[in-house]
Amino acid sequence: MSLMKKTIVRSLVLGAVAALTVPAALAADISGAGATFPYPIYSKWAATYKDKTGTGLNYQSIGSGGGIKQIKAKTVSFGASDKPLEAKELDDAGLTQFPAIVGGVVPVINLSGIAPGELTLDGATLADIFLGKIKSWNDPAIQKLNPKAKLPSTLVAVVHRSDGSGTSFLFTNYLSQNSAEWKDKVGAATAVEWPAGIGAKGNEGVSGIASQTDGAIGYVEYAYAKQNKMTYTKMINHDGKTVEPKSETFAAAAANADWVNAPAFYLILTNQPGAESWPITGASFILVYKKPDDAAVVGEVLKFYDWAFKNGQKAADELDYVPLPAKVVEQVEASWKANIKDAAGAPLWK
Amino acid sequence: MNSNAQVATYSPAAAIPPAALRRHNLWDAVFRGATRAASVLVLLLLGAVIAALIHGSVPSFKAFGFGFLTSETWNPVTEKFGALPAIYGTVVTSVLAMLIGIPVSLGIAIFITELCPRWLKRPISTAIELLAGVPSIIYGIWGLFVLAPFLQKHVQPLVISLFAGVPGLSSLFAGPPYGIGTFTAGIILSVMVLPYITSVTRDVFETVPAVLKESAYGLGCTTWEVVRHVMLPYTRVGVIGGVMLGLGRALGETMAVTFVIGNAHKIASSILAPGTTISATIANEFAEAEGDLYTSALIELGLILFVITFLVLAAARLLLLRAEMKGR
Repeated sequence: MSLMKKTIVRSLVLGAVAALTVPAALAADISGAGATFPYPIYSKWAATYKDKTGTGLNYQSIGSGGGIKQIKAKTVSFGASDKPLEAKELDDAGLTQFPAIVGGVVPVINLSGIAPGELTLDGATLADIFLGKIKSWNDPAIQKLNPKAKLPSTLVAVVHRSDGSGTSFLFTNYLSQNSAEWKDKVGAATAVEWPAGIGAKGNEGVSGIASQTDGAIGYVEYAYAKQNKMTYTKMINHDGKTVEPKSETFAAAAANADWVNAPAFYLILTNQPGAESWPITGASFILVYKKPDDAAVVGEVLKFYDWAFKNGQKAADELDYVPLPAKVVEQVEASWKANIKDAAGAPLWK
Repeated sequence: MNSNAQVATYSPAAAIPPAALRRHNLWDAVFRGATRAASVLVLLLLGAVIAALIHGSVPSFKAFGFGFLTSETWNPVTEKFGALPAIYGTVVTSVLAMLIGIPVSLGIAIFITELCPRWLKRPISTAIELLAGVPSIIYGIWGLFVLAPFLQKHVQPLVISLFAGVPGLSSLFAGPPYGIGTFTAGIILSVMVLPYITSVTRDVFETVPAVLKESAYGLGCTTWEVVRHVMLPYTRVGVIGGVMLGLGRALGETMAVTFVIGNAHKIASSILAPGTTISATIANEFAEAEGDLYTSALIELGLILFVITFLVLAAARLLLLRAEMKGR
């Protein structure tokens, strides 16, 4: 009996010791939290990176707002946000940011007789649709942009995200730039007071309702639209050219953007110039401290993203993300050198 | 006789060694302490939750005061928030769920206890219990992909045209038929509360003494009369308890509602229109809420839900109390 008790006690002690030593073994791992949009690519990069270097990445996709809160509370080594922080907010918190991956938002429709890419819209018309001003699909404004299309008189059913989302931020930001009325009445944010339509949770909710409702229009991340073969629309961009949503047009928007003159990379990639630029493009950002308490770990974060920028393109393509253009990577790494220092003031990135 | 004699000479002090007695008392004390600690823990947790909710809602309360309860605006961009659409949606979906759920649940419970052939009892009971075990996200997805399109194509157009000319009802059932909205959320909720109400009422119906029912049947009562005048009065307390359990679930249900209610911060006269509930709003917006005021407004919504649930429970107690008084 007592022997058995001893055995139990011993195994309990061993178990406790094992439990205590596990964190030590994981100490080399990086922890991050934030945006859900880049989660699939970050986790794919992390798995490959762990195989190569042994350094793991623990990324919690809790949403951009949560990521910002977590990095400010210093519970993670980096935060991730689909919406860049303004320079002042960064300075107040002692943070710096850089873009890590690019993606696009695509309007999707469900209209019988209209094939993917057959319909073209522009920013002002899209804003009027989401304002509830354009009520049926054969509205003159839509017909004018699509003189050849046979548009039915079906009622427009607007579908938007009900959860706070970086996708909604990019979309409303784009509409604000193209419609004064939208800017005044609604504005741009991860969640807004939608003037019309149904709110659906997540990309899956929007695509679910859009695919069930004749006459529906919504917006989803590009990867989602592509993988589910949804009926997307073309858009008329800043330069007045009609563009298709695809990796090349997102990359064009990222490359044509004026990163050099954007303080702390505060740049939203919507409505960028360039004949090839998709107008509703956005970057997802990483937030780290300029003088981190855990300098060694943040050094690992930078190493990870450096590796991802240089080796992660293929994985990004497979998941329908757009890697940062090489030109932008150079600028990002230069900003690391200039801004992120250890306790002694030496740059963490050399 | 022999054993009797033994009992007579049995002296506890002599038979139980003092050490055993002490150990006995000690264990009792430990047990009492442990159970009391568990109960106190519940009170502490509840207190902590209330304190956290109140503390979290201070910024929002300072900014909006009681206007928060009556304002229909919900604008994260200008940071103007009001809870009325969410409160309205929560109440309306729960009432709808109860309107549909209570009669069906009572019907099932009565059928199982009174009318069901023995071989069918087990399958129906098992089905009800399985229904209770289905995760709410599954109800949500089923509601979005199966129920909503069905309602949109077959039920809502019919309802809309049926009531089109009737004053009052025509605005209550006004189109367009989106498929999702307050009405659909109410239906999903009624399915979700069904197993709770059914299993509780079935259990209490089983406790009705057979002799009461049989004497009623003997007097020539129909089954309905037996249910109405014997079973329901006898099990009143339990039935109300079951209904309250269901209502509690309906008020707080989050995931399934979020999928099918349409999440619009608006109060529409039509129950077919999209709306929102308190828990759906919190689930949707908390993760990405930026700024203290936004977060605080969401926490205040949570506090309001807490208060509503408390009021419902209090009302149930009052109802029970009155029912007992009347019973005497």
